Amino acid sequence: MKPRVFDYIRPDNVAEAVEVLAEYGEDARILAGGQSLMAIMNLRMSEPKVLIDIGGHSDFKGIKVAGTMLEVGASVTQNELMNWPDLAKTSPLLALALPWVGHFQTRNRGTVCGSLSHADPSSEIPLSLATLGGEVVLRSKRGGRVLAAEDFQTGMLSTAREADEMMVAARFPVGPQLKRAAFREVARRHGDFAILALAAVAESNTSVRLGIGGLADRPVATRIDTSSKSAIADALGTLAWELEGSDDIHATARYRRDLLRRLGPIVIEEALSCAA
Amino acid sequence: MRRVNKDTKARVTLTLNGMKASGEAEARMLLTDFLRHEIGLTGTHVGCEHGVCGCCTVLIDGVAARSCLTLAHQADGRDVQTVESLAGPDGKLNPLQAALRDHHALQCGFCTPGILMSFTDFLKRVPDPSVDQVKEVLGGHICRCTGYQGLIDAVMDAAGRIREGRG
Repeated sequence: MKPRVFDYIRPDNVAEAVEVLAEYGEDARILAGGQSLMAIMNLRMSEPKVLIDIGGHSDFKGIKVAGTMLEVGASVTQNELMNWPDLAKTSPLLALALPWVGHFQTRNRGTVCGSLSHADPSSEIPLSLATLGGEVVLRSKRGGRVLAAEDFQTGMLSTAREADEMMVAARFPVGPQLKRAAFREVARRHGDFAILALAAVAESNTSVRLGIGGLADRPVATRIDTSSKSAIADALGTLAWELEGSDDIHATARYRRDLLRRLGPIVIEEALSCAA
Repeated sequence: MRRVNKDTKARVTLTLNGMKASGEAEARMLLTDFLRHEIGLTGTHVGCEHGVCGCCTVLIDGVAARSCLTLAHQADGRDVQTVESLAGPDGKLNPLQAALRDHHALQCGFCTPGILMSFTDFLKRVPDPSVDQVKEVLGGHICRCTGYQGLIDAVMDAAGRIREGRG
C-alpha cells in the first residue's frame, strides 16, 4: 500500500530538526533510512502527520571511539558500521550481529539508530546494545540526555523517548572485557525477523552476559553463572519460563523457549571459547 | 529547510541513469511511483511495497536500495540508477544481464530488475564472490518462477565475465 498523507520537512541541521520536532511533537516522526518506518507507514500501521527527514545529513554522520564507548551517529547506516574497518577489533559482538540485520539492500539505507528507535523486540541492534549495556543520546530543544539501553526500550515498538526528542547517537561499550562474543539467530530466511536471537559476551570464565531477543516484548540481558553445565541449564530453564514468549505466525512460544534452552548453551560455549 | 505540505506537490530533480530528470511529487509519493508514473520508466517493478520482495531495488548514490521504502523527495538531488541504465544504447545486454539469459535465470521476469540492480552494486564491491555471499544478497529477493539456482549460477558466471572483461 501507500502511506497516508503527511507533511515532509527536511531540516538543514540538528538545531532545525529539534525545533521542528518541538513544534509538532507526537504528530511527527524522524525519518532516517526509512527501512522500518516506511514499511509500517506503507502498511498503515503508523500514520504520522509530519515526517522530518535527517537521512544522510552530515551532522549525524560519524563512527568514533570515545573513551570506553563506540559512538554511532543517527544517520550512519547499518552497512557503513558493518564495513567500518575497525569493527571486528573494536566490537566483536556488533561485527557478528550486523550481518543478521535485514538484507544487504536494506542495510544500505537502514540506520543503526533507526533500528534502536523502532525498537522491534526481535531486532539485532537493540539486542546488542542491551547485551553490551550501552546507551542512547537523545536531544531536544530543552537539551540533551543519555539513557541506558534498559531504560530506553520500554516494550514492543515503544521507547522512553519524549515526543520532542530525537536520537542523535548510540553508544556501544567497548573494551578488553567485551572481546569474547558470540551471536546466533534462528529465522525462516536470513534477514527476516528473528524467531529467537542470542548474543553472548564472556566477562570471565565463570560469567557470561547473555542477551535474548524475540522472546519477551524487548531484548533482555542477564548474567549467567557458567561455573558448571547444570548451572547454565538451570539458569536458561528459569529464564525461558520467566520470559514466557508468545505465539505468532512464525513460531509458538513453546518453540521459542525450547530454542533458548538448546541454543543458549551453544552460544555461551562459543563466547567462552573465544581467545581473550 | 525543504518543506512539502501534504496537499501540495513540489518538484523533485535528480540524476537518473546519468541524465538530469525532474517531475512533480506529493510529499507521500514513493520513489517507485515517481519513476513509473511521473518519469515513465516502468522497468522498476512494484511487488510487496514493504521492502520484503526486492522487485523495486534501484541504486541510490550507487548503492542498492528499496525504492518502495524511499520517498521521491528523499531522492531529490541524488543519483538514481534503474534497470534501464544497464543495456547499451544499441540494446546490447551487459555481462550480468547476458549471464541471466544464458543460465535461464528468469521466467516471468517480474523480480529480475531488482535482482539485476542488487548485483550491479554487489559485484562492484565484491568482484570475486563466494556462492554463500551471492546467496546472502539473493536472500533479499523473492522469485516465484525459476527458483534461485539459475540465478546463483548466473551471478557467479557474470562475476567471472566482468573480471575477465568478457561481454
